[in-house]
Amino acid sequence: MTIRVIGRHIREGFKNLIRNGWMTFASVSAVAITLLILGVSLVVALNAQQLSRYVAGQLEINVFLDPKLTDAQGQQVAQEVRRLPGVESVQFISKEKGLAQLQRDIGSDYNDVLGELSAKNPLPVQLVVKATDPRQTLAVGEEIRSLPGVHQVNDGKSFVDKLFAFLDAVRNIGLVFVAALIVTAMFLISNTIKITIFARRREIEIMKLVGATNWFIRWPFIWEGILIGAIGTMIPYGIIVYAYQSLFDRAGGVFFALAFPLMPTAEVAVRVGEVLFTVGLFIGIWGGVMSVRRFLRV
Amino acid sequence: MIEMHDVWKEYPNGTVALSGISVKVKKGEFIYVVGPSGAGKSTFIKLMYREERPTKGHIFVNGFNIERLKDRKVPYLRRNIGVVFQDFKLLHKLTAYENVAFALEVLSVPQRQIRRRVRDVLEWVGLGDKADMLPSQLSGGEQQRIAVARALVNNPAVIIADEPTGNLDPDTSWGIMKLFQRINDRGTTIVMATHNKDIVNTMRKRVIAIENGRIVRDEPRGTYGYDD
Repeated sequence: MTIRVIGRHIREGFKNLIRNGWMTFASVSAVAITLLILGVSLVVALNAQQLSRYVAGQLEINVFLDPKLTDAQGQQVAQEVRRLPGVESVQFISKEKGLAQLQRDIGSDYNDVLGELSAKNPLPVQLVVKATDPRQTLAVGEEIRSLPGVHQVNDGKSFVDKLFAFLDAVRNIGLVFVAALIVTAMFLISNTIKITIFARRREIEIMKLVGATNWFIRWPFIWEGILIGAIGTMIPYGIIVYAYQSLFDRAGGVFFALAFPLMPTAEVAVRVGEVLFTVGLFIGIWGGVMSVRRFLRV
Repeated sequence: MIEMHDVWKEYPNGTVALSGISVKVKKGEFIYVVGPSGAGKSTFIKLMYREERPTKGHIFVNGFNIERLKDRKVPYLRRNIGVVFQDFKLLHKLTAYENVAFALEVLSVPQRQIRRRVRDVLEWVGLGDKADMLPSQLSGGEQQRIAVARALVNNPAVIIADEPTGNLDPDTSWGIMKLFQRINDRGTTIVMATHNKDIVNTMRKRVIAIENGRIVRDEPRGTYGYDD
């Protein structure tokens, strides 16, 4: 196929778009709305991922050793914890330091009581452990729990579980929604092209009579689908990138309430663009191919 | 050029249109196909350009074995055949020139060649000065000339015409028939289904009469043979 012939097919496809303007408008809108929702979900998902990584990165395992252990014995346990796989860092908080922290936390009003306590310090040695991979936090916590001399492990299990369950649920609901919309958009495209095929049946008949090849007849309709897909992608893509940019600027790059850093616009543009254009063109090509297969018997 | 051996055609609804047709058409012949409505003339003609496929039998057209011809090869058969219809089958939004050029454009012929060939063929059918008119601005005879020009522009070996004068008044019909005679004089084979008694009886050619799906008569320089 020469460039000139491809050019003709695209030109014809474009003419088809203009000829049945309202149907084109409807199917472009369907694609655009589908991809707008897909894109917005994607932006949310990407930032939720960013959030979970950020939050999980802040998650620590608080390990309280047996109160009977001295600081020196505590150091030994800390060494053992450091040797465990998946452990990134261990912060050692001695009995002294623990008491000082407690004093700072509850304030000077109770200095008297605490002053008495400091004589025979009943606080246990505390270790603050970070896992290399945030998703491994719970497994690491489990390992530590089985070590001798460990009294209590607080690994934020319930919080981490809830966070990940919530993110998964959001993603799944979004996927179902988007899948249904994609099917709708495909059918609208294929119906739009069916109308073009019907409107051009006389031309198609003549093309067949004078010996145009089947693919020569089909291509303009497939291009019509591709163009609908492409236009239907560019609109929501533009909206999303522009809206995200202005939101990002206004928020100063951090998410208001949680104060976690947002994903930069350039990265969002690339990742959302990849998905939207892939899905958009796929919808368009599929709609075109389906309509020539179902409605165009050549 | 065209050969049929014991060709049968039964439509899916059970109608038997042709029952055992055998015929040979040599290159450069001019043939009328006559017979009552519904006798199988149209089916006979449609088999030649593979608009319909035979239920049984062998058909050869210009070296193509029709029964073995794959769907995607049909276009290459059609490029050797020009087809003309009673209702012209023109595109109303295109000018005379564009209608003829359309047949070459869809074969991806370079634009410069298209321009030359379309101008030549329009001149040849006598419409050189009406190239930029729309079909609606032309008479029935002139519209049929465009259709003939479109069938001719690719220099086919055969022209198949299904009642080309069916919609035209007698004078205009004669003009179109003279055009077909000139095409035939160039060596192009012509197969024409017709109901026009005067033409068949005056411009004598080989006549094939079909009744109830069978060839009942095949005479060189024959007559129409029916009253209406």
